[in-house]
Amino acid sequence: MMLTPSIAVLRRDLTAHWRRRGELANPLLFALMVTTLLPLALGPESQRLAFLAGGMVWVTVLLAGLLTLDGVFRADAEDGSLDQLLLSPAPLSMLVLAKLTAHWLVAGLPLTLVAPLLGLMLQLPQEAIGTLTLSLLLGTPLLSLVGGVCAALTVGMRRSGILLALLVLPLYVPVLIFGAGAVDAALTAQSAMQPLLLLGSGLLLALGLAPLACAVALRLGTT
Amino acid sequence: MNPILYWFHKLGSPPTFYAFAGKLMPWLLVLTLISGGIGLYWGLFVAPADYLQGESVRIIYIHVPAAWMSMAIYAFMAVNAIFALVWRTKIAEILAMAAAPIGAAFTFITLVSGSLWGRPTWGTYWTWDARLTSQLVLLFLYFGVIGLYSAIEDRRRAARAASLLILVGVINLPIIRYSVEWWSTLHQPATIRLVGESSMHASMLWPLLIMAIATKFYFAWALLARSRVMVLRQESGKAWVRDMLESKEPRP
Repeated sequence: MMLTPSIAVLRRDLTAHWRRRGELANPLLFALMVTTLLPLALGPESQRLAFLAGGMVWVTVLLAGLLTLDGVFRADAEDGSLDQLLLSPAPLSMLVLAKLTAHWLVAGLPLTLVAPLLGLMLQLPQEAIGTLTLSLLLGTPLLSLVGGVCAALTVGMRRSGILLALLVLPLYVPVLIFGAGAVDAALTAQSAMQPLLLLGSGLLLALGLAPLACAVALRLGTT
Repeated sequence: MNPILYWFHKLGSPPTFYAFAGKLMPWLLVLTLISGGIGLYWGLFVAPADYLQGESVRIIYIHVPAAWMSMAIYAFMAVNAIFALVWRTKIAEILAMAAAPIGAAFTFITLVSGSLWGRPTWGTYWTWDARLTSQLVLLFLYFGVIGLYSAIEDRRRAARAASLLILVGVINLPIIRYSVEWWSTLHQPATIRLVGESSMHASMLWPLLIMAIATKFYFAWALLARSRVMVLRQESGKAWVRDMLESKEPRP
C-alpha cells in the first residue's frame, strides 16, 4: 500500500524514458568512444592496457553516468511534475528513491552490461571480467544515489553542468577506489571480497540516507 | 531563562551579532598578532633545526597548524550547517558560508607547504599517498560548497543548499579518509597524539602549539570580519542598517 505511489513514479519514469529511447544509447556511446580513445592515447600494447583496464573502465562508466545525472530531476522541475511530487501525501523520500531507481535502470544498469565489452576492448583478462561486472553492479546504484543528492541541490539552477561535476566527483572518490580496487585485486589473484563487501555496505548506507537527503534538497530548492 | 542561553539566543539576531562581532574583532586581531608573532619567531629562529631534515623542518610550524585548521573549520561549518537547516538561524547560515573560503585557504596552504616540504625530505613535490590525497579531496569539497553558494541567487536558499552539501560531505569525509588510506599507505604515521606520549621534543612542540592557537585566533577574526560584511549585505534593506549608517555616532 505504502509502495503504490513509488511504483507509479517508477513506471511513469520508465515509460517516459522508453518514449525517448534514442537518448538512452547516448551514455553507452560516450563510454564506447572514450574506451576507443584510451588505447589511441596510451598505445596499443596489450600488457600495459590490461594493467590499467579496470581503473579505466571504472572512470569511463563514472563519467558517462555523470553526463546523465543532470536530467534526473530537471525535466520534472521544468514541466511542473516535481511540484506535484512535493505536494503528494506520500513520503517524498520514497518517491525520490523510485526516481533514482529509474535512473539506475536506464543509465547505471546498461553501462554495467556493456562494461565487459569495454573491458575486452582494453584487454582486461577474462578472469577479472566477472569481478568488474559485480563491482559495477554494486557501485553504479551508489553513483546514482549519491549523484541524485547533488542533482537535487542544483535543480533550481538554469544550467548546472560543471558545478554538478564539482559537487559530485569528490563524493565519488570512495566508490571509485573500492570499485577499481576490486578489479585490481582480481587481476593480482587476491581476494576481491573486501572491496566488494565495502561497496555493498556503502550501497546499504546510501540506500538509507541518500533518499532522505535528496528529499530535503528538493524541498530547499522550491521553497 | 538561563542568562547564558538568553545571551546566546540574542546573538542570533543580526544587529546584536554585528555589534558584538565589532567589539570582539580588535581583541582577536591583537591576540592573533601576539601569538602568531611569538609562535613564528620561536619556530623559525629559536627552535632547533632537525638532525635529519635540517632547516626545512621549520615548515612544520605553518604546515601542521594549517592542516589542523583545514579540518577544524569543516567541522565548524558542519555544526553551523545543522543550526542553519534545523533552526534556520540566519547567523549560523552566514557563519557557515563565511568560514568556507577561510577553510579552503588553510587547505590550500597545507597542500602547498606540504609539497614544498616534500621536495627536500621525500625528493618529490607530490606523491599519491593517503593524507595528501584526502586533503586534496577536502579542498574540492570546499570548492563545491563555495561554488554552490555562489551559484544560487537567493542568499538564504543558497546558504541552506550549501549547508546540506556540507552535511553530506561530513558523512562522506570519514569514508573518503578510510578509503584513501585503504588505497595507499606510504605517509609517516601521525607523530602528535592527544592521548599518550608525543614523539616530538618539547622545544618543537611548544612553538607548534602556539601557532595552532594563533591560527584559531586568526580564523575567529577573519570569520567575524567576513560575516559582518555578509550580515550588512543581506540586511541592507532593514531599518537597523539604515539607522546605523545614517547616525553620526562612531560605529562599533
